[in-house]
Amino acid sequence: MTNVKNVFIVGVGGQGIILAGKVFSAGLVGAGYDVKMSEVHGMSQRGGNVTTQVRFGDKVYSPIIGKGEAHLILALEKMEALRWAEYLKPDGKIVLNDFAVPSAPILSGKAIYPENIVDSFKGKTDILIVKANDIAEELGNLKVTNMVMVGAMIKALDLSHIDWDEIIRREVKEKFIDINILALKRGMEAI
Amino acid sequence: MKELMTGNEAVARGAWEAGVTVASAYPGTPSTEILENIAHYQEIYGEWAPNEKVALEVAIGGSIAGARSLASMKHVGLNVAADPLFTNAYTGIRGGLVIITADDPGMHSSQNEQDNRNYAKFAKIPMLEPSDSQEAKDFFIEAIKISEEFDTPVILRMTTRVCHSKGLVELGERELIPIKEYKKEINKYVATPANAKVMRVKLEERLKNLAEYSERTPLNRVEWGDKKIGIIISGVSYQYAKEVFGDKASYFKLGFSYPLPLDKIKAFASEVEELYVVEELDPFIEEQLKAAGIQCIGKEKIPLIGELNPAIIAQSLTGEIKSSIDCDMDNVVPRPPTMCSGCPHRGLFYVLGKKSRDIIITGDIGCYTLASADPLRAMDTCICMGASISAGHGVQKAFEKNNVDKKVFAVIGDSTFFHSGITGLMNIVYNKGNATTIILDNRITGMTGHQENPGTGYTLKGEKTNMIDIAKLCEGIGVKKIKTINPLNLEETAEAIEEAMDVTEPMVIIAKWPCALKRLWPEEKELYGNTRSKLYVNEDRCSGCKACIRTGCPSIAFINGKAHIDDSMCVGCAVCQQVCRFGAIQRQGGEGQ
Repeated sequence: MTNVKNVFIVGVGGQGIILAGKVFSAGLVGAGYDVKMSEVHGMSQRGGNVTTQVRFGDKVYSPIIGKGEAHLILALEKMEALRWAEYLKPDGKIVLNDFAVPSAPILSGKAIYPENIVDSFKGKTDILIVKANDIAEELGNLKVTNMVMVGAMIKALDLSHIDWDEIIRREVKEKFIDINILALKRGMEAI
Repeated sequence: MKELMTGNEAVARGAWEAGVTVASAYPGTPSTEILENIAHYQEIYGEWAPNEKVALEVAIGGSIAGARSLASMKHVGLNVAADPLFTNAYTGIRGGLVIITADDPGMHSSQNEQDNRNYAKFAKIPMLEPSDSQEAKDFFIEAIKISEEFDTPVILRMTTRVCHSKGLVELGERELIPIKEYKKEINKYVATPANAKVMRVKLEERLKNLAEYSERTPLNRVEWGDKKIGIIISGVSYQYAKEVFGDKASYFKLGFSYPLPLDKIKAFASEVEELYVVEELDPFIEEQLKAAGIQCIGKEKIPLIGELNPAIIAQSLTGEIKSSIDCDMDNVVPRPPTMCSGCPHRGLFYVLGKKSRDIIITGDIGCYTLASADPLRAMDTCICMGASISAGHGVQKAFEKNNVDKKVFAVIGDSTFFHSGITGLMNIVYNKGNATTIILDNRITGMTGHQENPGTGYTLKGEKTNMIDIAKLCEGIGVKKIKTINPLNLEETAEAIEEAMDVTEPMVIIAKWPCALKRLWPEEKELYGNTRSKLYVNEDRCSGCKACIRTGCPSIAFINGKAHIDDSMCVGCAVCQQVCRFGAIQRQGGEGQ
């Protein structure tokens, strides 16, 4: 159990978190790990927050993790990183997409999007910042933001040896394979 | 071969391997994907039933015919199906019958967190509780066998985390099970009082036999570790406890959790120093142990409310709290779900909300329950499937009898109307009520992720079928005033609601427009599919009055005193344009685009 790694992927409905979790866990299964993952959806298509938890190692029991147990938080949105920060281990890492999606109370002018989120993490934890939306836009499709972030996470977790291109070929729709492979590579280079 | 599967996928796979040929369900989170996955297996007849009672009765019919059958539902669905459940326990089965209940501890997407393990005891039916995807598949197959061996329906009790988490599952082959030969057995399947009195005695005998089986089945096993702590546990909690204690505790792992193997538990209890029962929600196991004189610690330490996880179990039993990083989270803004851009419910509730001083809006279960939240706040009640119409009728009669001058609008979705709204509407017609029913016909079961229903013209397997016409159905019941409107047209919507304000007879308004996320069938594309161009805000004209913001559209933001429409999200529904008094919201490329 001691070698089990806990990853918490957080973001907003529509950011492709479910696919990110699927590709990531398929790679881990292929590499021979025992894997469990848990998703919370249901309201996700309606602008709510979305989380996927992935645990992998020799033998995994629980599909979910508790507060203070995540080795890595992959945040596709900045405020979501803050919302779930208490799940991070004191010596964990945050891989963060420097991108904000305002929620309904912010859109309607009733609340303010928190300032200086990135700075607030500095000195408290190991934080790696990726401008994944910019990279995805450069590549010509904002939808691959998720795969840029998966790329960065793979690098941060030292899992680059797995044949991720092959996994993408298996898990992603044919016409989007090439751009996803590219996005993953750019994500790995980004940190 | 091993495959990463959700618990729901694994149950479907288990059904296929076990030779099931009849499966019926009504969608409900977290159970929905069971039937969606069954749909992929050609050997199984699978269907969406209009509600859970129908689904269970279909499965009972399949079983009496001699075929292995299943019905699946979310926890509150079993309340709807409770009537056939209790008597099916008396009659027993012919082909194996498994009833899957998917409970939702923590209420991720439910109106309550009832613990359906109580149904097993209440109805005197055996119950299995898988703790992960592999067990979800294996236990389904075991459940079918137990059903046939003991002539009883069996409950397979899942929870959200078992349904929706993924784990590796070893796949097997399908067992070819021929249908059992049909025999007429009036004494067994006709539950008249005379027959039922005989069945009632047999039911208790069966329960005794099942208790003996519970003692010997490998589904209930002891895992010895350190004997200072003994933990009695079932379902996903087992995985959590293993995570926390590893081999620093001994476990009594209950896979077959009703009836309990009390002798085996007693023996286990005598070997350990401290005995804990770790269970989510009710003290279901704990109370039975205490009644049997087995001393244990349960709900004094383990929370009664909400979901468990490893951290909660660790904190409850050892006091250990894991530290994290120190972050200031006070500024984090909630991210509540909202109706989508282009949602056809928005226009309807915007108009209805304007009348909130003069009306009561009784609501129902579906995406439209979001209308109760800011900024629309256009809903007064939501109780259970179908209650909008029947409770609305009760409100109206109470007001009438006590001279309160308020109009009642009952608002219900198309799928929910078919589920259990029709009977409420019949009650209004029969008892001369005048509550107006608004049926939000978005051409799909939206909330649970787009399942077909009797009004959509397609089956679970995507085959074309008879389409029930809601207007004609209402007419057939005896409603004389029926109006079909496009809820994205606010003028048309307001007119219908104004008309309803003065009506003194039952009236139905059908607000018909497909869900903004629905993948339209070819024939629907002709009706609803002409894509309109997006809208934008002409800032010179925007007065900053926030009228458009009050529609609650997630595409509109208020930035520096002006409204702003997010181009990537707008679908051009134009509800915002209709509420703007300054003509500031315009269509890209001009009107008519």
